[in-house]
Amino acid sequence: MTTENTKPAKTALIDKDVTRRGFVKGAAATAGVAIGSGAITGFPTIWAQNIKDVTLRQFGTGVSNINAVADKVKEDLGFTLQMTALDSDAVAQRAVTQPNSFDIADIEYWICKKVFPSGTLQPMDTTKLSNYDKITPIFINGKLTPESVIAQGTAPHTVGFVESADSVEFAAEPTQWMTLIPTIYNADTLGIRPDLIGRPISSWTELLNPEFKGKASILNIPSIGIMDAAMVCEAMGEITYGDKGNMTVEEIDKTMAIMIEAKQAGQFRAFWKSFDESVNLMASGEVVIQSMWSPAVAAVRSKGIDCIYQPLKEGSRAWGGGIGLAKHLSGLELDAAYEYIDWYLSGWVGAYLNRQGYYSAAPSTAKNFMSEDEWGFWMEGKPAQGDILSPDGNIMEKAGAVRDGGSFEARMGSVACWNSVMDENRHMVRKWNEFIAA
Amino acid sequence: MAATESKRSSYFMITPMALVFTVFLVVPLLTIIVVSFWDYDEYRILPDFIFENYRYLLGSPVTWKIYLNTFKYAALTWLFTLLIGFTVAYFLAFHIRSLTWQIVLFMVCTIPFWTSNIIRMISWIPFLGRNGLLNQALMGMGLTDAPLEFLLFSDFAVILADVHLYTLFMVVPIFNSMMRIDRALIEAARDAGAGAWNTLRHVVIPLSKPGIAIGSIFVITVVMGDFITVRLMSGGQSASVGLQISNEIGLLQYPAAAASAVVLLLTVLLIVAALLRLVDIRKEL
Repeated sequence: MTTENTKPAKTALIDKDVTRRGFVKGAAATAGVAIGSGAITGFPTIWAQNIKDVTLRQFGTGVSNINAVADKVKEDLGFTLQMTALDSDAVAQRAVTQPNSFDIADIEYWICKKVFPSGTLQPMDTTKLSNYDKITPIFINGKLTPESVIAQGTAPHTVGFVESADSVEFAAEPTQWMTLIPTIYNADTLGIRPDLIGRPISSWTELLNPEFKGKASILNIPSIGIMDAAMVCEAMGEITYGDKGNMTVEEIDKTMAIMIEAKQAGQFRAFWKSFDESVNLMASGEVVIQSMWSPAVAAVRSKGIDCIYQPLKEGSRAWGGGIGLAKHLSGLELDAAYEYIDWYLSGWVGAYLNRQGYYSAAPSTAKNFMSEDEWGFWMEGKPAQGDILSPDGNIMEKAGAVRDGGSFEARMGSVACWNSVMDENRHMVRKWNEFIAA
Repeated sequence: MAATESKRSSYFMITPMALVFTVFLVVPLLTIIVVSFWDYDEYRILPDFIFENYRYLLGSPVTWKIYLNTFKYAALTWLFTLLIGFTVAYFLAFHIRSLTWQIVLFMVCTIPFWTSNIIRMISWIPFLGRNGLLNQALMGMGLTDAPLEFLLFSDFAVILADVHLYTLFMVVPIFNSMMRIDRALIEAARDAGAGAWNTLRHVVIPLSKPGIAIGSIFVITVVMGDFITVRLMSGGQSASVGLQISNEIGLLQYPAAAASAVVLLLTVLLIVAALLRLVDIRKEL
């Protein structure tokens, strides 16, 4: 397995003209080791064989911990990537409490706000990344287009940079030191079962509409659930928020009071915490309207059940994830990690993620790995010309279908709020627990 | 001389057990108690000595509600596991005459336990759901005209799953107690004119008490600390103490979780102490 796979990888790397500083440094270091051990057989070979032995341990939420990515890394870069998928809470926990148990952390930006100040990650030198300038401006200055308004909440660019290589203070402006390299993001709304609802849905208020009593659900991850709740309360006209991503104690109390009232009136069928729970609730018909994630909607549809990721007039709640480097990484492993991150932005993974219904952080490179029809369907909101296939080859949409919510600009342009951590987090969590216990 | 010798050797013999207990029980427990007085923020726990965790925990109406809910689950589960467990054990002990059959039927009781706890729980979900087998059957037979919603994601579902999961914990110790009852006592009761009911009440139940107490301790402690059954079967809509602790750990609020764990431990210890006052289980051991 190793010899067959590493040979093409080796040539691919040399062809790609790997002359980055990180590589030279790593090569110099390893060449030194090689000279010391008296095994000089030519420098690229030594390097390639050395990197072959590198294993990087990545962990993160299930969304981007995809085994296909690990396989492709082995093929393109030659080293081994071990993936561990956990839920959001466990990810934050592990990043803080077990800093030596991972090399690469795949976390969301709102988790980064909690985790990065604990000092278990090291910022990345953007000058070492050849694809840095391909990253969409959402992650650099918060604006999709120069006219965009920056959404509320923990917008990724606000926790995307630190002042220096050993700083844990987030920088107000883009610097050379990036906390996470963005990999994946999306705009979330409500998933609905149009066959069981039978009328158009256009507002967040419908989540608490008594018409769906006992048939609604909301996700039970406090920092995300509160945001969906806030979207609903704002749409109902009950509360006007200063910043939904950083509510005051009073705003939290009012929001939760409305949710508790709805819960006691029997509005909710269940609360979900994991991806598969949300799929099962929807597919079994227990729930007809709920907070949902894009691939969960795709999973319901792939069972032949009608399910729509409904665009809503008040906008969507966005989230973004990225990969960060563990503090303890150094030497050859650090070089391999930089190599991996640059590769991540170079298009193959981006295309893979786009085909799942997420968005790639470097759309222009992903485009090279997608067919015109795929690009048109996923990114431009055009009707599909032929069948649209999932990354593993199943038919996701038939010819003629149009993506819910339309183009990339339309979907990411209507973000009302980013997933976030609030200053009043402790109070919010306590109120959320009251809601669950109510 | 000989006395000190034997004393020394008995100390020597309890050393391994004492070490295991110290390392795996006493030290972690002390750590939990210490941490419960610490402070915390988003991502760190801060060594300190504050009573805030306990103050909030004991002062919050949510805690009382959660404890009340957990007691409700524990009490109802205990009641049903006791009734079912006692009946099954009684049948096995007094109605099955041959030892071979007793063993065979006892094994049959344990068969469901060869599969994972979680699987046995989750399999209830498609069965009880709105469009599940049970609702379809009921509507197919014309007994109901709309699906019964209370079957799933409700207290009913939680208790049903708990009873299903833990009845065996009742059956085993009660069966064990019943097998030790001298059959001559039953005959004597009958000779003295006691009917089935009186025999049960004045002979079998009192003599099964140690088994009932052990089974009760098992069931109550497990249900008091449970979080996954409550989460899955109530659809995340109900809270239990265990679930609260699990949530706090998930949010990195270790000191709050530690304080909850200490309070839960004390509560369960009080329940066990009360049970032990009612029944002397040493007779059994």
